Amino acid sequence: MFPIKESRFLSEDVKLFRVQTPRIARKRQAGQFVIVRIHEHGERIPLTIADSDVDDGTITIIVQGIGKTTRLLNELEAGDAILDVVGPLGGPSEVKDFGTVVVIGGGVGTAIAYPTAVAMKQAGNHVITIVGARDRSLLILEDEVRATSDELYLMTDDGSYGEQGFVTQKLQSLIDQGRTIDHVLAIGPIPMMQAVAEVTRPHQIPTIVSLNPIMVDGTGMCGGCRVYVGGQCKFACVDGPEFDAHQVDFTNLIQRNQMYRQREQESLEQFEQDPTHD
Amino acid sequence: MVDKLPPKERTKIPRQTMPEQDACESAHNFREVNLGLDEAIAQRESQRCLTCADPKCTHGCPVGVQIREVVDLVREGEYLSAAAKLREDNVLPAVTGRVCPQENQCEGACVLARRFNSLAIGYIERFVADYERETGQVGLPERAPSTGKKVAIVGSGPAGLSCAGDLALKGHEVTVFEALHEIGGVLIYGIPEFRLPKEIVRQEVNNMRAMGIDFQTNVVIGKTVTIDELFAEEGYDAVFIATGAGLPKFMNIPGEELAGVYSANEFLTRVNLMKAYDRDRYDSPIYDCRDRNVAIIGGGNTAMDSVRSALRLGAKNAYIIYRRSQQEMPARGEEVHHAKDEGVQFMNLHNPLEFLGNEDGNLTGVKLIKMELGEADESGRRKPVPIEGSEFVMPIDVAVVAIGTGANPLVQSTTPDMATNKWGYIVADDETLRTNKRGVFAGGDIVSGAATVILAMGAGRTAARSMHEYLETGQW
Ligand SMILES: Cc1cc2nc3c(=O)[nH]c(=O)nc-3n(C[C@H](O)[C@H](O)[C@H](O)COP(=O)(O)OP(=O)(O)OC[C@H]3O[C@@H](n4cnc5c(N)ncnc54)[C@H](O)[C@@H]3O)c2cc1C
Ligand SMILES: Cc1cc2nc3c(=O)[nH]c(=O)nc-3n(C[C@H](O)[C@H](O)[C@H](O)COP(=O)(O)OP(=O)(O)OC[C@H]3O[C@@H](n4cnc5c(N)ncnc54)[C@H](O)[C@@H]3O)c2cc1C
Ligand code: SF4
Ligand code: SF4
Ligand code: FES
Ligand SMILES: [Mg+2]
Repeated sequence: MFPIKESRFLSEDVKLFRVQTPRIARKRQAGQFVIVRIHEHGERIPLTIADSDVDDGTITIIVQGIGKTTRLLNELEAGDAILDVVGPLGGPSEVKDFGTVVVIGGGVGTAIAYPTAVAMKQAGNHVITIVGARDRSLLILEDEVRATSDELYLMTDDGSYGEQGFVTQKLQSLIDQGRTIDHVLAIGPIPMMQAVAEVTRPHQIPTIVSLNPIMVDGTGMCGGCRVYVGGQCKFACVDGPEFDAHQVDFTNLIQRNQMYRQREQESLEQFEQDPTHD
Repeated sequence: MVDKLPPKERTKIPRQTMPEQDACESAHNFREVNLGLDEAIAQRESQRCLTCADPKCTHGCPVGVQIREVVDLVREGEYLSAAAKLREDNVLPAVTGRVCPQENQCEGACVLARRFNSLAIGYIERFVADYERETGQVGLPERAPSTGKKVAIVGSGPAGLSCAGDLALKGHEVTVFEALHEIGGVLIYGIPEFRLPKEIVRQEVNNMRAMGIDFQTNVVIGKTVTIDELFAEEGYDAVFIATGAGLPKFMNIPGEELAGVYSANEFLTRVNLMKAYDRDRYDSPIYDCRDRNVAIIGGGNTAMDSVRSALRLGAKNAYIIYRRSQQEMPARGEEVHHAKDEGVQFMNLHNPLEFLGNEDGNLTGVKLIKMELGEADESGRRKPVPIEGSEFVMPIDVAVVAIGTGANPLVQSTTPDMATNKWGYIVADDETLRTNKRGVFAGGDIVSGAATVILAMGAGRTAARSMHEYLETGQW
């Protein structure tokens, strides 16, 4: 059991937790994730480690409640505990002084990109951050991201905050302005990552995306998380989760992520009807 | 208690059969298929043993179980003593009695096998172990006084468990680290409930907890902590690596990326570890097999476990696609027999060339080619060769690739000064199971490649002996 030390909502359905896991806190690097299971009949789901505190032995995870498991998780509070937390899994982000780095976060992807933005800043980069959300209520971590960015652009689909438009429009305009961009990291919904890859491809700007296939063990044992990069089969949990955006087969990723759609919707409906049902 | 019969009379008794669930029924539930012998049948079977002066059966068993003595005690009705005798060589008898490939080991070597049917050693072993467990009188051996030495075991499969048990008895402080959330390795995530009830594994693990062994789940060695850190930061004096051969192999044919194509590891993990078959109570999903056509590629135990799981998940047709013939099938005979009874369709001498899918990326079929047997290959088995022009397409909705596993590199890649072979398995001395790295031992599937439960257990015991010696003498 892994005790929850702190929890708070960042937006209506996005919640931050600080969880006691001393070994993971000591070990983790930006870009890595944990796999959690929250009750005896529960599934295993991956969540990125957004931050850690070695002194008090905690890691921070940020969870968007979109289905049964994440909704159940978001009902937990400080004082509760998570049954299983294993990690840190996956390889760390490649962090070095690239020069100018653009970090793009869409929705809860901002939470996943944030630790790498911090590391990029510490490595001496000029960090430009572009954060996108459907509307203002879904923007998370604004203060934290602002503190670690040399430039910050907030984009909302409906213009309710920051600028109206998509993150790719901002990226395109930076490129059009002739800004030198040495490295791009994009994390968010798959269509967003795919769109970013298409914006940077003609300019041959090295672009990294963090892929989110369906995982079980997270140790390379099941092959369920396989993604196709440059025509080769890779296990995202051990070979990734970050890959060269220009090489990724996004269509296949979208299709494989649909595998359990029907079942996922059923269990969400069941959960909504009877939240006590585990 | 029964008196010993003269040998002639003994050989007249037919080999007793295992009571089993009716196949029409067993094909639809995950309860154990073999029901176990009752006392009367166990007694009758034990009468068949010739009590050989030189028991060939024991030579056929990789850990040298004293079968003759065990059977004698069963005949005398001394079941608990029989269990104790069994445990001298075999720490998981309820498991091996169920899953050992007996026909190639103890039973294959039994003298009765030549003229009659071999003694049903596996059934007797299971009977004795179940009797002990069900009567709650498991005789936990006594622990030696504490030595103050700390040992880490990496991986909780049969190799890790048997090593942990033996080292604890010698008085060492033992911690078992397991990457998953449950203890047992393949016994928990791979072999299905209908062949090995998980409760049995859990009880064995609880016995070991009672012996003072510390089990830590959710620790991935190489990620959460490295081997070097176990020594330098956590104060361990020796480490045994028993991480198994858990890396799934794919065929690298077109279409393997389609939704609906699984590795056997994933399919079985979802079914067993995550209990996806109990969909009303467990959250982990599995691709809907109900009324679908499911094909398993391969002919080993893993393939049989997958195909019989698919039937139980409601498959309309469940196929085994195997490129050699029935004769070469590596699966235990009993599993093939159960699979056939339950309605599995065997397509031997067929090989997949390509998986086919629809525009949504879902599997819809497999293109197969027929094979014939040619010359013997280096494994001594006749090599399957494709018959030109025999390709055809078979509609399927789910495919499970069960063509073997390899070495997972997580531990090796973070322990660069430990030697591995060209396939990535850890190199360990045959006799001592020492690696080239001081204080580090390795055994089970991660050294031998995918093998058997009993060989892994044997390796665990060998490692324990050799580690004890190292811990006592400090000599490498
Ligand atoms: C490496 C990685 C890091 C992630 N980090 C975060 C994070 O920091 N915060 C966050 O909110 N989300 C993160 N996710 C996504 C998160 O794992 C899914 O949202 C979650 O599993 C959904 O579970 P559910 O039962 O609530 O929803 P469901 O309704 O069951 O599923 C909704 C969708 O989530 C995806 N999903 C379902 N099960 C899994 C699974 N076992 N593994 C991966 N994806 C799955 C599928 O695309 C599915 O269609 C990450 C995913 C990956 C692969
Ligand atoms: C489906 C299936 C059916 C089988 N049927 C039979 C049968 O009928 N009869 C038979 O004799 N054999 C059978 N086998 C083979 C047998 O199960 C194996 O040979 C045996 O389990 C090997 O034991 P092991 O202890 O070496 O490894 P495993 O049982 O594989 O256990 C290794 C453990 O180590 C853990 N681990 C791996 N990496 C790490 C890490 N980095 N840190 C921490 N933990 C880690 C794994 O999660 C796992 O729990 C079968 C195998 C499979 C897959
Ligand atoms: S451990 Fe296996 S091989 Fe040995 S006697 Fe028992 S069933 Fe036979
Ligand atoms: S070889 Fe067969 S008959 Fe002889 S002792 Fe062993 S089990 Fe009995
Ligand atoms: S999640 Fe199982 S191999 Fe990656
Ligand atoms: Mg879910």
